[in-house]
Amino acid sequence: MPAQTFDNSTDPAIGIALRGGALAFDGRPVFEDLDLDIPAGRTTCLLGTSGVGKSSLLRLIAGISPEATARRLVASDGGPIAGRIAYMDQRDLLLPWLSVLDNVTLGARLRGEAAEQPRALALLRQVGLADEAGALPSALSGGMRQRAALARTLMEDRAVVLMDEPFSAVDALTRLRLQDLAAELLVGRTILLVTHDPLEALRLGHRILVLRGDPAHLSEPLEPAGAVPRRADDPALHGLAATILHDLAA
Amino acid sequence: MDTARRSLISLAILLAGWQGLVWVTQVEPFILPGPWLVALSLAGHLELIGGHAVTTLVEIILGLVLGSAFGVFSAISLSWFPNVRRWLLPLLVVTQAIPVFALAPVLVLWLGYGMASKVMMASLIIFFPVTAAFLDGLRRTEPGWLDLARTMTAGTASSGRWAMLRHIRIPAALPALASGLRVAAAVAPIGAVVGEWVGSSAGLGYLMLHANGRMQIDLLFAALFVLALMAVAIYFTLDWLLRRLLPWQPDSLAND
Repeated sequence: MPAQTFDNSTDPAIGIALRGGALAFDGRPVFEDLDLDIPAGRTTCLLGTSGVGKSSLLRLIAGISPEATARRLVASDGGPIAGRIAYMDQRDLLLPWLSVLDNVTLGARLRGEAAEQPRALALLRQVGLADEAGALPSALSGGMRQRAALARTLMEDRAVVLMDEPFSAVDALTRLRLQDLAAELLVGRTILLVTHDPLEALRLGHRILVLRGDPAHLSEPLEPAGAVPRRADDPALHGLAATILHDLAA
Repeated sequence: MDTARRSLISLAILLAGWQGLVWVTQVEPFILPGPWLVALSLAGHLELIGGHAVTTLVEIILGLVLGSAFGVFSAISLSWFPNVRRWLLPLLVVTQAIPVFALAPVLVLWLGYGMASKVMMASLIIFFPVTAAFLDGLRRTEPGWLDLARTMTAGTASSGRWAMLRHIRIPAALPALASGLRVAAAVAPIGAVVGEWVGSSAGLGYLMLHANGRMQIDLLFAALFVLALMAVAIYFTLDWLLRRLLPWQPDSLAND
């Protein structure tokens, strides 16, 4: 197979189609025959309670789930998914022995490419960590570490960004700021955001899906009005959040 | 420095207890000489002891370097090749049931009375702790880091396995390797001295055996003192070096 290269900055946004996703633990199906469409250039939020398999679903698309399987998993342009996604976890996953800057350029180092330091520094400036570029992650607060992880995700410059509860480990105010920052910097990309927080999904998602049941299935998509990020103090959002919470509990 | 002062006080109490024991029991100096007698012997035989100490020191350091290098190499090999791990790891554990000291006469027979047999003895004794500690570290890499690396290298020509080993697994395992090296630094002098006891014409182990045979117990203790001093110095130098090299490794006991 010839080596393919993708210049993602000029690459049009791609969507992702998953057919027949399945996951079982000890013979008990968590989800089976699951179909998921992630539209191009938009943010899809996947909500669910713990253990419902939403992280596994995301990891299946990321290609890092040894357990979950899919009958068919393709990009909307018919190309492969491998090499076109960036992954951001709930934990910052910063390597403690590397400076913040070296963490941001980790992808290039792993691929044996030259690290684009000027772009990495520009990204660090965008997430407000220009002064911390040379610091070790242990010197940073939780919110700063997650911003460094966001810069590393952006540095990969991939068409699709998969985020697994990226802001759940920080305090409420920091979370709101991180959500605004992420929405601003990731605009135009195809995003799948897994979260257990209905308000987060409602702030950031063009499209919201709820994964629930045993075995789990996806709800009809909810598409709230208005541009993202939506205001956290919008009363309409809180009304919707209450409805979603009710759905989750059902 | 606080640690140094505490160590000196502990040492002074130990020496006082030792001298007290000698006074109270009136034991003959050729059974147990007091610390003062040992100090006099040390001062009197400074050149003799120093010469033998250099021999032992070189054996210990060569053994440390060689054993650590083999340990690092074998840990990386074992982690890289699953088949090597399946076949060799159980064997490696079984060989540890053989007391390495029992091999000393054979090593002297094969490698001669010179330094080689002592260096080999020290290497053999530290090889396993270094291998085991480093391999353990290589196995316990944070899975999240590897997942992240997989998404970063997916779709590229190279498999990414080597890149992950070099950029993630090995650096992440360095604190574990450091623990193995600390154990190695503590046991390497034992290997060298046992090697000298079995057959040699130089080194502190040889000097101790020689002094013992001629009832120069004060000289034996003086040599023992220098050996202990050397072992402690090697350990703390290595410990200091490892802390400097791994500043990112958290030390939760440091502020206790």
